[in-house]
Amino acid sequence: MARALINVPAKAAKGEIIEIKTLISHPMETGFRVTFNGTLIPRDIINTFRVTYNGVEIFAAELSSAMAANPFITFTTLATESGTLEFHWAGDNGFSVTETATLVVE
Amino acid sequence: MNRLAACLVFAASLSLSVPVGAQSDLAPSERKSSYEMMGAQSRSMQDDDMANPAMLSVLDGEALWRKPAGEDKKSCADCHGDARQSMRGMAARYPSYDVAAQRVVDLEERINLCQAREQKSEAFGRETKDMLALSAYLALQSRGMPIAPSQNAALERSIERGRAAYFQRQGQLNLSCANCHDDNWSRKLGGATIPQGHPTGYPIYRLEWNGVGSLQRRLRNCLTGMRAQVHGLGAAELTDLEAYLMWRARGMIMDAPGVRP
Repeated sequence: MARALINVPAKAAKGEIIEIKTLISHPMETGFRVTFNGTLIPRDIINTFRVTYNGVEIFAAELSSAMAANPFITFTTLATESGTLEFHWAGDNGFSVTETATLVVE
Repeated sequence: MNRLAACLVFAASLSLSVPVGAQSDLAPSERKSSYEMMGAQSRSMQDDDMANPAMLSVLDGEALWRKPAGEDKKSCADCHGDARQSMRGMAARYPSYDVAAQRVVDLEERINLCQAREQKSEAFGRETKDMLALSAYLALQSRGMPIAPSQNAALERSIERGRAAYFQRQGQLNLSCANCHDDNWSRKLGGATIPQGHPTGYPIYRLEWNGVGSLQRRLRNCLTGMRAQVHGLGAAELTDLEAYLMWRARGMIMDAPGVRP
Protein backbone atom coordinates (compact mmCIF):
# COMPACT_ATOMS: atom_id res chain seq x y z
CA MET A 1 0.00 0.00 0.00
CA ALA A 2 1.29 3.38 -0.88
CA ARG A 3 1.82 5.77 1.99
CA ALA A 4 1.20 9.46 1.48
CA LEU A 5 2.07 12.42 3.65
CA ILE A 6 0.12 15.62 3.10
CA ASN A 7 0.68 18.91 4.83
CA VAL A 8 -2.06 21.51 4.52
CA PRO A 9 -2.32 24.28 7.11
CA ALA A 10 -5.31 23.58 9.37
CA LYS A 11 -6.43 27.20 9.24
CA ALA A 12 -5.88 30.08 6.86
CA ALA A 13 -7.16 33.63 6.45
CA LYS A 14 -9.33 34.40 3.42
CA GLY A 15 -7.12 35.46 0.54
CA GLU A 16 -3.98 34.05 2.13
CA ILE A 17 -1.46 32.16 -0.03
CA ILE A 18 -0.91 28.76 1.52
CA GLU A 19 1.76 26.17 0.81
CA ILE A 20 0.73 22.56 0.39
CA LYS A 21 3.27 19.74 0.58
CA THR A 22 2.78 16.17 -0.57
CA LEU A 23 4.99 13.11 -0.40
CA ILE A 24 4.01 9.66 -1.62
CA SER A 25 5.84 6.34 -1.52
CA HIS A 26 6.41 4.97 -5.00
CA PRO A 27 9.46 3.28 -6.60
CA MET A 28 9.21 5.33 -9.86
CA GLU A 29 10.89 2.53 -11.78
CA THR A 30 12.11 4.20 -14.95
CA GLY A 31 11.63 1.36 -17.44
CA PHE A 32 15.21 1.78 -18.65
CA ARG A 33 16.99 -0.35 -16.08
CA VAL A 34 17.90 -3.99 -16.53
CA THR A 35 18.37 -6.78 -13.99
CA PHE A 36 21.68 -8.61 -13.48
CA ASN A 37 20.74 -11.09 -16.20
CA GLY A 38 19.81 -8.39 -18.69
CA THR A 39 16.02 -8.45 -18.67
CA LEU A 40 14.35 -5.08 -18.74
CA ILE A 41 12.59 -3.99 -15.57
CA PRO A 42 9.18 -2.77 -16.76
CA ARG A 43 8.29 0.86 -16.23
CA ASP A 44 6.29 1.53 -13.08
CA ILE A 45 5.77 5.22 -12.44
CA ILE A 46 3.12 7.67 -11.31
CA ASN A 47 1.81 9.42 -14.44
CA THR A 48 -0.44 12.12 -13.09
CA PHE A 49 -1.07 14.06 -9.93
CA ARG A 50 -4.22 16.15 -9.59
CA VAL A 51 -5.54 18.27 -6.76
CA THR A 52 -9.05 19.64 -6.44
CA TYR A 53 -10.28 22.25 -3.97
CA ASN A 54 -14.00 21.84 -3.37
CA GLY A 55 -14.26 20.03 -6.69
CA VAL A 56 -12.29 22.59 -8.72
CA GLU A 57 -8.92 21.54 -10.07
CA ILE A 58 -6.21 23.82 -8.66
CA PHE A 59 -3.07 21.88 -9.49
CA ALA A 60 -2.08 19.14 -11.92
CA ALA A 61 1.22 17.61 -12.93
CA GLU A 62 2.41 14.99 -15.35
CA LEU A 63 5.25 12.87 -14.08
CA SER A 64 7.81 11.07 -16.19
CA SER A 65 10.50 8.42 -16.04
CA ALA A 66 13.21 10.84 -15.02
CA MET A 67 11.78 11.50 -11.59
CA ALA A 68 13.16 10.11 -8.35
CA ALA A 69 11.35 7.61 -6.16
CA ASN A 70 8.85 8.88 -3.60
CA PRO A 71 7.82 12.08 -5.45
CA PHE A 72 7.67 15.16 -3.26
CA ILE A 73 5.48 17.88 -4.76
CA THR A 74 4.71 21.23 -3.19
CA PHE A 75 2.67 24.09 -4.56
CA THR A 76 0.83 27.16 -3.34
CA THR A 77 -2.78 28.15 -3.68
CA LEU A 78 -5.12 30.91 -2.59
CA ALA A 79 -7.30 30.12 0.42
CA THR A 80 -10.77 31.18 -0.72
CA GLU A 81 -13.25 29.16 1.31
CA SER A 82 -13.40 26.37 3.87
CA GLY A 83 -13.58 22.95 2.33
CA THR A 84 -11.87 19.81 1.20
CA LEU A 85 -8.76 19.31 -0.85
CA GLU A 86 -8.58 16.06 -2.73
CA PHE A 87 -5.27 14.67 -3.90
CA HIS A 88 -5.15 12.03 -6.56
CA TRP A 89 -2.13 10.13 -7.86
CA ALA A 90 -2.52 7.73 -10.79
CA GLY A 91 0.07 5.61 -12.53
CA ASP A 92 1.18 2.40 -14.21
CA ASN A 93 -0.22 -0.98 -13.18
CA GLY A 94 -3.47 0.57 -12.02
CA PHE A 95 -1.80 2.65 -9.33
CA SER A 96 -4.40 4.98 -7.85
CA VAL A 97 -4.34 6.75 -4.50
CA THR A 98 -6.70 9.41 -3.27
CA GLU A 99 -6.22 11.37 -0.06
CA THR A 100 -8.19 14.27 1.34
CA ALA A 101 -7.43 17.14 3.69
CA THR A 102 -9.69 19.78 5.17
CA LEU A 103 -8.94 23.46 5.27
CA VAL A 104 -10.69 26.00 7.45
CA VAL A 105 -10.75 29.56 6.06
CA GLU A 106 -11.65 32.28 8.50
CA MET B 1 49.78 -1.66 -18.61
CA ASN B 2 49.69 -3.62 -15.38
CA ARG B 3 52.65 -1.67 -14.07
CA LEU B 4 50.96 1.59 -14.97
CA ALA B 5 47.80 0.52 -13.17
CA ALA B 6 49.82 -0.54 -10.15
CA CYS B 7 51.60 2.83 -10.12
CA LEU B 8 48.31 4.68 -10.30
CA VAL B 9 46.88 2.66 -7.45
CA PHE B 10 50.04 3.22 -5.44
CA ALA B 11 49.89 6.96 -6.13
CA ALA B 12 46.25 7.02 -5.13
CA SER B 13 46.98 5.28 -1.87
CA LEU B 14 49.88 7.64 -1.17
CA SER B 15 47.81 10.74 -1.72
CA LEU B 16 45.21 9.48 0.72
CA SER B 17 47.47 8.28 3.49
CA VAL B 18 48.76 10.96 5.79
CA PRO B 19 49.93 9.48 9.10
CA VAL B 20 50.88 5.94 8.15
CA GLY B 21 50.15 3.51 10.94
CA ALA B 22 48.48 6.10 13.14
CA GLN B 23 45.91 4.30 15.23
CA SER B 24 44.59 7.06 17.41
CA ASP B 25 40.86 7.58 17.48
CA LEU B 26 39.41 10.85 16.31
CA ALA B 27 39.37 13.30 19.24
CA PRO B 28 35.81 13.91 20.49
CA SER B 29 36.21 17.67 19.94
CA GLU B 30 37.06 17.05 16.27
CA ARG B 31 33.99 14.99 15.55
CA LYS B 32 31.37 16.19 13.08
CA SER B 33 28.25 14.35 12.04
CA SER B 34 27.59 13.76 8.36
CA TYR B 35 24.51 15.93 8.79
CA GLU B 36 26.69 18.93 9.57
CA MET B 37 28.77 18.29 6.47
CA MET B 38 25.83 17.99 4.06
CA GLY B 39 24.65 20.72 1.73
CA ALA B 40 21.84 23.04 2.79
CA GLN B 41 19.32 21.36 0.50
CA SER B 42 19.93 17.88 1.86
CA ARG B 43 19.79 19.25 5.41
CA SER B 44 16.47 20.97 4.81
CA MET B 45 15.11 17.74 3.36
CA GLN B 46 15.97 15.96 6.59
CA ASP B 47 14.80 18.77 8.85
CA ASP B 48 11.26 18.73 7.47
CA ASP B 49 9.49 15.48 8.34
CA MET B 50 7.11 16.24 5.48
CA ALA B 51 9.99 16.23 2.99
CA ASN B 52 12.04 13.39 4.47
CA PRO B 53 11.09 10.29 2.46
CA ALA B 54 12.29 8.04 5.31
CA MET B 55 9.18 9.17 7.19
CA LEU B 56 7.12 7.06 4.75
CA SER B 57 9.05 4.06 6.07
CA VAL B 58 8.43 5.23 9.62
CA LEU B 59 4.67 5.17 8.92
CA ASP B 60 5.01 1.57 7.70
CA GLY B 61 7.07 0.73 10.78
CA GLU B 62 4.47 2.18 13.11
CA ALA B 63 1.84 -0.06 11.51
CA LEU B 64 4.13 -3.11 11.81
CA TRP B 65 4.68 -2.34 15.50
CA ARG B 66 0.97 -2.83 16.10
CA LYS B 67 0.41 -5.67 13.64
CA PRO B 68 -0.16 -9.08 15.27
CA ALA B 69 2.05 -11.83 13.83
CA GLY B 70 3.26 -15.35 14.56
CA GLU B 71 1.64 -18.32 16.28
CA ASP B 72 0.05 -16.40 19.13
CA LYS B 73 -0.87 -13.38 17.02
CA LYS B 74 1.21 -11.09 19.20
CA SER B 75 2.32 -7.66 18.09
CA CYS B 76 5.41 -5.77 19.25
CA ALA B 77 3.06 -3.40 21.08
CA ASP B 78 1.49 -6.26 23.05
CA CYS B 79 4.75 -6.72 24.97
CA HIS B 80 6.49 -3.37 24.61
CA GLY B 81 3.52 -1.01 24.72
CA ASP B 82 3.89 2.46 23.27
CA ALA B 83 7.20 2.59 21.39
CA ARG B 84 7.45 6.32 22.01
CA GLN B 85 8.11 5.53 25.67
CA SER B 86 9.40 1.96 25.78
CA MET B 87 11.81 2.34 22.87
CA ARG B 88 13.10 5.79 23.77
CA GLY B 89 16.90 5.73 23.49
CA MET B 90 16.99 2.04 22.60
CA ALA B 91 18.50 2.41 19.11
CA ALA B 92 21.22 4.64 20.58
CA ARG B 93 22.48 1.65 22.64
CA TYR B 94 22.88 -0.86 19.81
CA PRO B 95 24.84 -2.99 18.92
CA SER B 96 24.45 -4.58 22.32
CA TYR B 97 25.22 -7.90 23.98
CA ASP B 98 22.28 -10.28 23.87
CA VAL B 99 22.35 -12.59 26.90
CA ALA B 100 20.23 -15.37 25.40
CA ALA B 101 22.03 -15.39 22.05
CA GLN B 102 25.41 -14.96 23.84
CA ARG B 103 26.72 -12.57 21.25
CA VAL B 104 26.71 -8.96 20.26
CA VAL B 105 23.77 -8.10 18.02
CA ASP B 106 22.76 -4.96 16.18
CA LEU B 107 19.27 -3.50 16.08
CA GLU B 108 18.18 -5.48 13.00
CA GLU B 109 19.46 -8.74 14.51
CA ARG B 110 17.64 -7.92 17.75
CA ILE B 111 14.39 -7.47 15.84
CA ASN B 112 14.92 -10.83 14.13
CA LEU B 113 15.66 -12.49 17.49
CA CYS B 114 12.55 -10.99 19.05
CA GLN B 115 10.48 -12.27 16.16
CA ALA B 116 11.89 -15.78 16.53
CA ARG B 117 11.83 -15.98 20.33
CA GLU B 118 8.80 -14.02 21.44
CA GLN B 119 6.57 -13.58 18.45
CA LYS B 120 7.39 -16.97 16.91
CA SER B 121 6.90 -15.41 13.53
CA GLU B 122 8.99 -15.51 10.43
CA ALA B 123 11.86 -13.05 10.66
CA PHE B 124 11.80 -10.12 8.25
CA GLY B 125 15.40 -10.72 7.26
CA ARG B 126 17.89 -7.97 6.69
CA GLU B 127 17.47 -5.08 4.29
CA THR B 128 13.85 -6.00 3.55
CA LYS B 129 11.26 -3.26 3.29
CA ASP B 130 9.61 -4.35 6.54
CA MET B 131 12.87 -4.57 8.48
CA LEU B 132 13.94 -1.11 7.33
CA ALA B 133 10.50 0.26 8.18
CA LEU B 134 10.49 -1.15 11.71
CA SER B 135 14.10 -0.17 12.40
CA ALA B 136 13.42 3.35 11.06
CA TYR B 137 10.44 3.61 13.41
CA LEU B 138 12.56 2.42 16.35
CA ALA B 139 15.51 4.66 15.44
CA LEU B 140 13.18 7.65 15.32
CA GLN B 141 12.42 7.06 19.01
CA SER B 142 16.06 7.88 19.77
CA ARG B 143 16.16 11.06 17.73
CA GLY B 144 17.83 13.83 19.72
CA MET B 145 19.42 11.44 22.19
CA PRO B 146 23.16 10.83 22.59
CA ILE B 147 24.64 7.57 21.31
CA ALA B 148 25.32 5.54 24.45
CA PRO B 149 26.94 2.11 24.01
CA SER B 150 26.36 -0.13 27.01
CA GLN B 151 29.10 -1.39 29.33
CA ASN B 152 29.76 -5.03 28.71
CA ALA B 153 32.89 -7.13 28.37
CA ALA B 154 31.66 -8.94 25.24
CA LEU B 155 30.68 -5.64 23.63
CA GLU B 156 34.11 -4.22 24.46
CA ARG B 157 35.75 -7.17 22.71
CA SER B 158 33.49 -6.59 19.71
CA ILE B 159 34.42 -2.90 19.67
CA GLU B 160 38.11 -3.84 19.79
CA ARG B 161 37.69 -6.22 16.86
CA GLY B 162 35.81 -3.54 14.96
CA ARG B 163 38.50 -1.02 15.78
CA ALA B 164 41.23 -3.34 14.48
CA ALA B 165 39.25 -3.84 11.25
CA TYR B 166 38.74 -0.09 10.93
CA PHE B 167 42.49 0.59 10.98
CA GLN B 168 43.41 -2.48 8.94
CA ARG B 169 44.45 -1.78 5.36
CA GLN B 170 42.57 -4.16 3.10
CA GLY B 171 41.44 -4.78 -0.44
CA GLN B 172 43.06 -4.16 -3.81
CA LEU B 173 43.46 -0.45 -3.08
CA ASN B 174 45.16 -1.24 0.23
CA LEU B 175 43.02 1.26 2.10
CA SER B 176 41.77 1.24 5.65
CA CYS B 177 38.57 2.95 6.79
CA ALA B 178 40.77 5.41 8.69
CA ASN B 179 42.57 6.50 5.50
CA CYS B 180 39.39 8.24 4.39
CA HIS B 181 37.31 8.87 7.47
CA ASP B 182 40.04 9.91 9.95
CA ASP B 183 42.77 11.28 7.70
CA ASN B 184 40.88 12.86 4.83
CA TRP B 185 37.40 13.75 6.00
CA SER B 186 35.94 16.96 4.52
CA ARG B 187 38.00 16.39 1.36
CA LYS B 188 36.49 15.15 -1.88
CA LEU B 189 36.28 11.65 -3.24
CA GLY B 190 34.76 11.54 -6.69
CA GLY B 191 32.87 14.79 -6.13
CA ALA B 192 31.41 13.71 -2.79
CA THR B 193 32.57 15.08 0.54
CA ILE B 194 34.20 12.40 2.68
CA PRO B 195 32.37 12.29 6.01
CA GLN B 196 33.85 11.11 9.28
CA GLY B 197 31.56 8.12 9.20
CA HIS B 198 29.52 8.56 12.37
CA PRO B 199 26.38 6.42 12.19
CA THR B 200 24.04 8.94 13.81
CA GLY B 201 21.20 8.71 11.30
CA TYR B 202 20.68 5.03 10.43
CA PRO B 203 18.67 3.69 8.80
CA ILE B 204 19.12 6.49 6.28
CA TYR B 205 17.26 7.57 3.19
CA ARG B 206 20.08 7.79 0.71
CA LEU B 207 19.32 9.79 -2.40
CA GLU B 208 21.75 7.69 -4.40
CA TRP B 209 19.84 4.55 -3.37
CA ASN B 210 16.44 6.07 -4.03
CA GLY B 211 15.47 4.40 -0.78
CA VAL B 212 16.12 3.51 2.84
CA GLY B 213 19.11 1.37 3.81
CA SER B 214 20.87 0.13 6.93
CA LEU B 215 24.36 0.81 8.24
CA GLN B 216 25.45 -2.65 7.09
CA ARG B 217 24.40 -1.81 3.55
CA ARG B 218 26.50 1.34 3.77
CA LEU B 219 29.50 -0.57 5.13
CA ARG B 220 29.22 -3.09 2.31
CA ASN B 221 29.18 -0.16 -0.14
CA CYS B 222 32.41 1.16 1.35
CA LEU B 223 34.06 -2.28 1.22
CA THR B 224 33.07 -2.60 -2.43
CA GLY B 225 34.61 0.80 -3.14
CA MET B 226 37.81 -0.28 -1.41
CA ARG B 227 37.74 -3.46 -3.49
CA ALA B 228 38.00 -5.42 -0.28
CA GLN B 229 36.19 -8.59 0.75
CA VAL B 230 32.54 -7.65 1.19
CA HIS B 231 31.11 -9.43 4.22
CA GLY B 232 27.61 -10.84 3.91
CA LEU B 233 24.69 -9.03 5.54
CA GLY B 234 24.59 -9.99 9.21
CA ALA B 235 28.24 -11.12 9.31
CA ALA B 236 29.96 -10.77 12.69
CA GLU B 237 32.64 -8.62 11.04
CA LEU B 238 30.03 -6.03 10.11
CA THR B 239 28.45 -6.09 13.58
CA ASP B 240 31.92 -5.51 15.09
CA LEU B 241 32.46 -2.53 12.78
CA GLU B 242 29.03 -1.17 13.70
CA ALA B 243 29.90 -1.56 17.40
CA TYR B 244 33.18 0.33 16.93
CA LEU B 245 31.55 3.10 14.89
CA MET B 246 28.83 3.60 17.49
CA TRP B 247 31.46 3.67 20.24
CA ARG B 248 33.50 6.13 18.16
CA ALA B 249 30.37 8.31 17.88
CA ARG B 250 29.42 7.93 21.56
CA GLY B 251 27.77 11.05 22.93
CA MET B 252 26.89 12.37 19.47
CA ILE B 253 23.23 13.13 18.90
CA MET B 254 21.06 10.71 16.94
CA ASP B 255 19.31 12.28 13.95
CA ALA B 256 17.65 9.15 12.58
CA PRO B 257 16.14 8.56 10.15
CA GLY B 258 18.59 10.72 8.27
CA VAL B 259 18.74 11.88 4.67
CA ARG B 260 22.12 11.49 3.04
CA PRO B 261 23.31 12.23 -0.50
